[in-house]
Amino acid sequence: MSALPTSSRTPRTATRRGGRAAAPYSFLAPALILFVAFLAAPIVYAGYLSLRRVKVSGLGLGAGARTEIWAGLSNYSRSLADPDFMPSVYRIGAYGLIVVPTMLGLALLMALLLDAGRTRVGTFSRTAIFLPYAVPAVISSLLWGFLYLPRVSPFTDLVQGLGFTPPDVLSGSWVLWAVANIAVWGGTGFNMIVIYTALRAIPTDLFEAARLDGASDRQIAWRIKIPIVLPSLIMTFVFSLIATLQVFAEPMTLKPLSNTISSTWTPLMKVYRDAFVRNDIYSAAATSVIIAVATFAVSFGFLKLVGNRAFNQED
Amino acid sequence: MKKTIVGVLAATLLMTSACSSSDDDATTGSSAKPGEKVELTYWTWAPNMDKVVEGWNTAHPDIHVTVNKQDGGDPAVTKLLTAIKAGSGAPDVMQAEYQKIPTLVSANALADIAKESGSLKSKFPDSAWNAVTLGGEALYGVPQDSGPMMFYYRTDVFEKLGLQAPKTWDDYAAAARKIHAANKKQYLGTFSATDAGWFAGLSQQAGASWWGINGDTWSVAINDAATQKVAGYWGGLVQEGVIDNKPMYTPEWNAALNDGTQVGWTSSVWGPGVLEGNAASTKGKWKATLLPQWDAASPANGNWGGSATSVTTQSKHKAEAAQFIAWLNTDPAGIKALAGTANVYPASVDSSAALTTPPAFLSNQPDFYTVAAEAAKITKPFTYGPNVNVAYSSYNDAFGKAATSKKAADFTAALTTMQSTTVDDMKNTGFKVAG
Repeated sequence: MSALPTSSRTPRTATRRGGRAAAPYSFLAPALILFVAFLAAPIVYAGYLSLRRVKVSGLGLGAGARTEIWAGLSNYSRSLADPDFMPSVYRIGAYGLIVVPTMLGLALLMALLLDAGRTRVGTFSRTAIFLPYAVPAVISSLLWGFLYLPRVSPFTDLVQGLGFTPPDVLSGSWVLWAVANIAVWGGTGFNMIVIYTALRAIPTDLFEAARLDGASDRQIAWRIKIPIVLPSLIMTFVFSLIATLQVFAEPMTLKPLSNTISSTWTPLMKVYRDAFVRNDIYSAAATSVIIAVATFAVSFGFLKLVGNRAFNQED
Repeated sequence: MKKTIVGVLAATLLMTSACSSSDDDATTGSSAKPGEKVELTYWTWAPNMDKVVEGWNTAHPDIHVTVNKQDGGDPAVTKLLTAIKAGSGAPDVMQAEYQKIPTLVSANALADIAKESGSLKSKFPDSAWNAVTLGGEALYGVPQDSGPMMFYYRTDVFEKLGLQAPKTWDDYAAAARKIHAANKKQYLGTFSATDAGWFAGLSQQAGASWWGINGDTWSVAINDAATQKVAGYWGGLVQEGVIDNKPMYTPEWNAALNDGTQVGWTSSVWGPGVLEGNAASTKGKWKATLLPQWDAASPANGNWGGSATSVTTQSKHKAEAAQFIAWLNTDPAGIKALAGTANVYPASVDSSAALTTPPAFLSNQPDFYTVAAEAAKITKPFTYGPNVNVAYSSYNDAFGKAATSKKAADFTAALTTMQSTTVDDMKNTGFKVAG
């Protein structure tokens, strides 16, 4: 406010420059404030909490029995040494091996089919395939949960009518597939749209030239379309990878329906259990930091590995 | 610009000083001046509690209680602990499940109201009073409702097979075998690995008390002989295949109760309400009786569910809150409203006057509340520890595995896991634990 011109001799440009310098920040301010308040500050606080712990004395009852003390890195070592942690990591590894190739394979296949067809059915099928993505994960898990439970599932009667005994899909060896199925059902549509949009951006003269040279639809898809949409494939792969590392809503919703999903079935479920079941936000914070670092390392590592090649192709 | 900053600073200072002065009030019991109207908030998840409280508000114009409906026991505790950590936002009065009280006391969330309400001891059974005092001098709430366990069975199925209501657990096993042999799809019950409170109640009946206080030291006895007996018994029935191994409270289980696949339920006094919702088409075919006994000569029982009404440490009107709690849980009008309007089973020993007609779903059994009173009377004492949540979540995981494997040996092994997980957690937090 002191920058207001006090005399007529002050060059007007100076004011304007001052105003101009401040302008971007005032435009950025809402975003920056939201970013700091709801992302940066919580991350810093989680990092701080992960280095703290509660120390109880004696019976731990009543006022003053609990004090918060520095824990150093002990929460981290406890998290990594927890006998439930590594199995949950291997489990989402296996889960990712099922979900990511299936989901992206289906998404690519459907995008190519829709792109090749370009018919009126296309609009309907595109919406139909995309629709599950609009269903929240908790709702879709409940829907599928009902379909999985033998006594309430309409499939049981159907399969029994055909003379088979339906397997209990929530039992030991099947449950991973049951959870993966929900993720594939919910995620394929989104990835399909991303790939489909990239396909639509390809100039048609490329296909016409290929067709004149005698290329079949399959060859066009394999030799022209897929290489061109590779960046989209890589992007959807990274998104799917991150979603795999953070899988939570589906197993959490199915958990009460079955004996086979433990409270530490995935790493994020362990975070939830520690924070809200055991009231130990400190080790929950430590495990979250570990998951965040792993997610960063895996996704940026992958992008570094393939990114330069894939993204430079376009230029 | 500067003015606003000053304004904000002043407001902040005012707020902080207001907060610190409220801390002083908290220790003196009440800050209410004579003739001033006191506002209390009450977190509860019992149905229709707002209507129950209306009765109090009409009779006590100077102490106004506002009910804030909660989603249930677990979410309410999480919210309360967050409010306690944040330093504000907690209600004055809070419904707290018995098994959560040590956890809440350990987090310094519940106020000691021994001075205000200590004289109410004679109004409650020892097992309920023990749960709110943790066996010491302090008083962390007044018992509100209790959940003495009861056994529900389908009379039509029992009659058809010439079976009597089981008096002992041996009878129960024999009935389970006979029912399953007659119809491969039918079960007398299920072992639920998702309901730790249910298993704790069954162990309580067998004489277990999973935690204990000795001076300034905790003891943990989840793996004791009584609990092992219970785990081995159920594991044996699951291994034999005469009892189901699926969790309770799933759409699957609801359907099984309704279509006659599950023909019995070891439940609690609140069971009829659940059956009414899940198995409406079987109305009139159920009967309630005491839980089967380990020793028919000395009948015993356990609790599944039940809660107290507590005052939080953040309340500025502890004396008034204690007054309301005493009315709710010991005044004939309060007990009547609890039983008739909120549909809970009041913990008070004087509750029989308010409980004359049986629940609608069991209208065929006029003596329902006589049986319930008997069940409540023989309930054994049980002490909960400060990390019940850890033990219960360990129950879910360890017994989930055992129920899946269907091996009796895995059931008793699951207790070893629960015991070590619970003790390790307490030691790690710094509690003094024996052994």
